[in-house]
Amino acid sequence: MKFARLTLSLIAVGLLAACSSAPKTDADQAGAAVEERSSGASTSGVDNSRVVPVDAGSASGTGIAALKDPKSILSKRSVLFDYDSYVIKSEYQALIEAHAKFLLANPKMKMLIQGNTDERGSREYNLALGQKRADAVKKALSLLGVPEAQLESVSLGEEKPSCDESTESCWAANRRGDMLYSGEF
Amino acid sequence: MNERILTVLRSAVPGCALVLASAAAQAQLAIEITGAGANRMPVAVAAFEGENALPRAVTDIVRADLERSGLFKMVELGPSPMGANAPVDYGRIRSRGADAVAVGTVSPGGGGRYQVQVQLHDSQKQVSLGGQAMTMAPNQYRATGHRIADFIYEKLTGEPGVFSTRIAYVLKVGPRYELQIADADGSNAQTALASKEPIISPAWSPDGTRLAYVSFESKKPVVYVHSLATGQRNVAANFKGSNSAPAWAPDGRRLAVVLTKDGQSQLYSVNADGSGVQRLASSAGIDTEPSWSIDGMIYFTSDRGGSPQIYRVSAGGGTAERVTFEGSYNVSPRPSPDGKSLVYVSRNGGRFQITMLDLASRQTQILTDTSKDESPSFAPNGRMILYATETGGRGVLAAVSADGRVKQRLSVQSGDVREPAWGPQPRN
Repeated sequence: MKFARLTLSLIAVGLLAACSSAPKTDADQAGAAVEERSSGASTSGVDNSRVVPVDAGSASGTGIAALKDPKSILSKRSVLFDYDSYVIKSEYQALIEAHAKFLLANPKMKMLIQGNTDERGSREYNLALGQKRADAVKKALSLLGVPEAQLESVSLGEEKPSCDESTESCWAANRRGDMLYSGEF
Repeated sequence: MNERILTVLRSAVPGCALVLASAAAQAQLAIEITGAGANRMPVAVAAFEGENALPRAVTDIVRADLERSGLFKMVELGPSPMGANAPVDYGRIRSRGADAVAVGTVSPGGGGRYQVQVQLHDSQKQVSLGGQAMTMAPNQYRATGHRIADFIYEKLTGEPGVFSTRIAYVLKVGPRYELQIADADGSNAQTALASKEPIISPAWSPDGTRLAYVSFESKKPVVYVHSLATGQRNVAANFKGSNSAPAWAPDGRRLAVVLTKDGQSQLYSVNADGSGVQRLASSAGIDTEPSWSIDGMIYFTSDRGGSPQIYRVSAGGGTAERVTFEGSYNVSPRPSPDGKSLVYVSRNGGRFQITMLDLASRQTQILTDTSKDESPSFAPNGRMILYATETGGRGVLAAVSADGRVKQRLSVQSGDVREPAWGPQPRN
């Protein structure tokens, strides 16, 4: 019984984590490549060459305690956008200003801004649309004096939804820009 | 669509799907035929003499291939084998209703290999249409079957078959992404790249040895070029910002890519090793999804006119020309192998569907009846278009013929399949 409850709560935590809009650091170590090379080329012409699998592990990050304190505004990292819009709404002004101040006070810190879209339409076109959202956040930070060298805006398009359902509320949650700091990407 | 043929097919489909699925792991693509050509040619493939020495009969593969093409109706001749050199009883073949019959012999060829001889006969004209001979290892029954099907297909239709080609696609199971390569019938799936981050936009090099794709493994989109036989890969584009939408030039040396290093998403070209980046076109809006045509034009998606539409520009530079005008969302252009037509995704009242444009007549035709279509990709003979869509909330692959009649669906038992790319003809 205890075990079942533990499993359930683990699933709940997993679900919460999957729906959290705050960017996460991937704790997994870089995986060794899964190599299984075929011995020599085929001798006939009929057999196609084998495909060797590669494992793209992700590097681990270093902790940044100050940025993860839930009491700090700096722990908030997402800016949500309206449908087909790249305008940062006024409610996010304080958040943008706080991050600009942090970046100016920590000139060695770099920020990766990831733009996201909802799932509708072409993946590559959505990648371009997500870039416009990331660029809007970057521009807002630049206007507050953050040097270009500290900022990079990229797009994840529709590939990393924070919410997985095909509903209006999920789509709204997925139209967002996320701010990641050095060690988180 | 011809209802009678659909009914015939539906009754034939379960057996076909079962055979394909039974040999398969959970992640194996299973093919289902959901529509066929209007006038299917009745063809028989007799059991080959001596093929029971193989792990599986090559003629099983041949029949499944021909049936799947949607152009042939397979006629059963029973279990008695017919050898490549034995006289053909044309009257018996005609009485079964077959216009053509393939016969063959599999015999030991030394060193554990087998020799396969095939003859194709026209049962109406009572003549041989030609033959083919090859050698094989016993475990090559699939590849051999595909080659025999290609031979029969080309003799009967006058155009090359695509049964020996491969497809690439991305399989997503839970949080895991796998770039997989499979035979065109979905069998023999192999993983080229596994990642916890998304993989999109695989593109085959013209010689079929390499794939370019976009991987998010470094938390941003980066373009890689990956040699399938060795697993070696290199970064082709990793500039500041996003790097995406790789498309091979017909010479296999350069790639068109989309970069944001100078602002919005714009078209560039780069050598496959990542050197020699050059601007291909400029606009004040988004330019993306380049696709190289055989005539030296590059088709792409741009919102420079307000809504996403398809444009083209000469690979050598110059002024871009708008290609699509109907509707407010036309994306993901792919020119046909002969450069005469274009498929793309159009939004029609909230549905995203594969659409064909004849570039000379400007006629358009919506080819699909699905509503979340993405990523079209032509078979190398131009006859079929592979694309991604959704059924029952799951990502599946589907294929439709250039005339919209033949339809197939490829799905896995669990997980989403997406981002398909049909590979080139193998170079043996």
